[in-house]
Amino acid sequence: MPSIELKNISKYICQNVNLEIFDKELLVLLGPNGAGKSTLLNIIAGLIDYEGSVLFDGDPVDQLPASKRKVGYLFQELALFPHLDVTSNIAYSLKVQKQARSEVQARVEELLQMMKIKHLSSRYPRQLSGGEKQRVALARALALAPNILLLDEPLSSLDVQASKYLRMELRQLHKKLGITTLYVTHDLMEAEEMADRVAVIESGYIEQAGELEEVFFYPKSEKVSDFIGAPNILDCTYCHSLGRGMIEVGCGGLSIIIPDDGNTVKRIALLPRDIYISETKPPGPDVNRFRGIITNINTTNETVRLKVKAGENNLTTEIPHHIFQDMDLAVGKEIFLILKLRRIRVYEDKEQAKENA
Amino acid sequence: MSRLKKFRPGWGIVPIAIFLAIWEIVARLNLIPGHFFFPPFSTVVVEFYYLAANGVLGDNFLSSLVRVLIGFSTGSVAGLLVGTVMGWKDVVNKSLSPIVSLIYPIPALGWLPLLMLFIGINEALPVTIIFICSFFPITYNTATGIRTVDRNYIQVARTLGASDMKILTTVVMPLALPNIFTGLRLEAGMAWRVIIAAEMVAIPTGIGALMMKAESLMRIDIIIVCLIVLAVMCLSFEKFFAFLEAKLTSQWS
Repeated sequence: MPSIELKNISKYICQNVNLEIFDKELLVLLGPNGAGKSTLLNIIAGLIDYEGSVLFDGDPVDQLPASKRKVGYLFQELALFPHLDVTSNIAYSLKVQKQARSEVQARVEELLQMMKIKHLSSRYPRQLSGGEKQRVALARALALAPNILLLDEPLSSLDVQASKYLRMELRQLHKKLGITTLYVTHDLMEAEEMADRVAVIESGYIEQAGELEEVFFYPKSEKVSDFIGAPNILDCTYCHSLGRGMIEVGCGGLSIIIPDDGNTVKRIALLPRDIYISETKPPGPDVNRFRGIITNINTTNETVRLKVKAGENNLTTEIPHHIFQDMDLAVGKEIFLILKLRRIRVYEDKEQAKENA
Repeated sequence: MSRLKKFRPGWGIVPIAIFLAIWEIVARLNLIPGHFFFPPFSTVVVEFYYLAANGVLGDNFLSSLVRVLIGFSTGSVAGLLVGTVMGWKDVVNKSLSPIVSLIYPIPALGWLPLLMLFIGINEALPVTIIFICSFFPITYNTATGIRTVDRNYIQVARTLGASDMKILTTVVMPLALPNIFTGLRLEAGMAWRVIIAAEMVAIPTGIGALMMKAESLMRIDIIIVCLIVLAVMCLSFEKFFAFLEAKLTSQWS
């Protein structure tokens, strides 16, 4: 039974949205700014009126106000109460529920330890770093032991390092607590690290929902493909082991070497930015380097996209403007493509993977 | 360096002492033409002592103080209540805001002729003037303070299970305190300025009335005593609210 179900939800940009978030899963809602991600979170939390129906474990909660929905919500801005210290921020919901003093103290203590912020207990929000604020806000959202956790771009204000570390911790915490979680982001990398499943939302419409691999290798629409970076997806016709943890796969006349994890590879994908180009034959072993002919050049605001015919494949590669200007590139010219080994994504034969398991 | 730091708090007295010394010397040496109108500081101190000793200063001060306390406290409480409702409830704000915006800019003393006719010359007059002087600015500041509290805090409190009343008392009001205190601080000083003016014009007792009597007797020393009392009271009231604000908000704001 799904833990959260949205049925024909309409509000602002969102029109007739249907989405299921299964019990205890972490679903990442992926989409560009203004796509309606935060609107959906606010609807689930009961913070705004809407048309349609929200069900928790099959029961409609549309008539329940936000204060009764038992949803933990981590806002993008965190919104720690500036006039309360860390302890009081975390204890806020418990005090509001008029829990006994000893219970409040024990729960706060537990959360301080769980989030590793015990040393910050008497500090005020203005005395905390971005990462510390994040932990306090999460502890506060978890204080009432909610069944559902909503995270609205929770790491967007952090630097890369802190964000990576907290992502890992959030994932572990989710596994430990088993709370059904809806995680909103516009960052594909974040989605890859966090998601059990992803749902891609664009202009208020859920374009596709499923496992990330499925969304990546079988995008249902051009919008989904564009949002995940318009990857080059190649079907593999053969696959054989080279030993030493590597396999060779054949894709449209190209022989590509990738790391081996024992399963048959059905498809590979590579983002345009992960294919380097060179006007001369690149040095080094002749592995994952291919000749190709430029068939199309498309200039966008940020980059230049080249279509290159290599073997039977039409690969898209992407380079910054300044590099394009430094090179002498034109339609019909022969160039060399270099595929970044560690950036090649692999879609494996699911049946065989199950048998191997 | 540490010694300098130690003495720093007292340094504010130095310019005042220099000013008083220059005042004393200038008045004693008759350096200002028409010195008759310019008593030395020591004369003012002596007069202060006489006025305090015979109870004239005390009685008039007490009259003014009681008026300010009653007018200001009732005006502030009413302003806080109305401002809170206006800030919290959109419909009330939309209904009252045009009226408050229209009346707010009228100087408190502008009401005096009207109130003299409506209320007559009695104790209710200065209290009402102070009430008006406090009510509108504090209403305005409180409503603004509440309306400018970041909506995210309210939304968060809602998801944490707080009722509207709880959100108002535990989140919104504390966060609106800096704005509310700005109103209280400014109006506390303003109440003294207004009461003096009202007493000078219409009321026969109080510090303002004492100043007018002194003026008719050409007693500059008494006028200066009254001005000093006024300055000290304005400052004390403002400082009291500044202290209270710092006490309640300095840890987090």
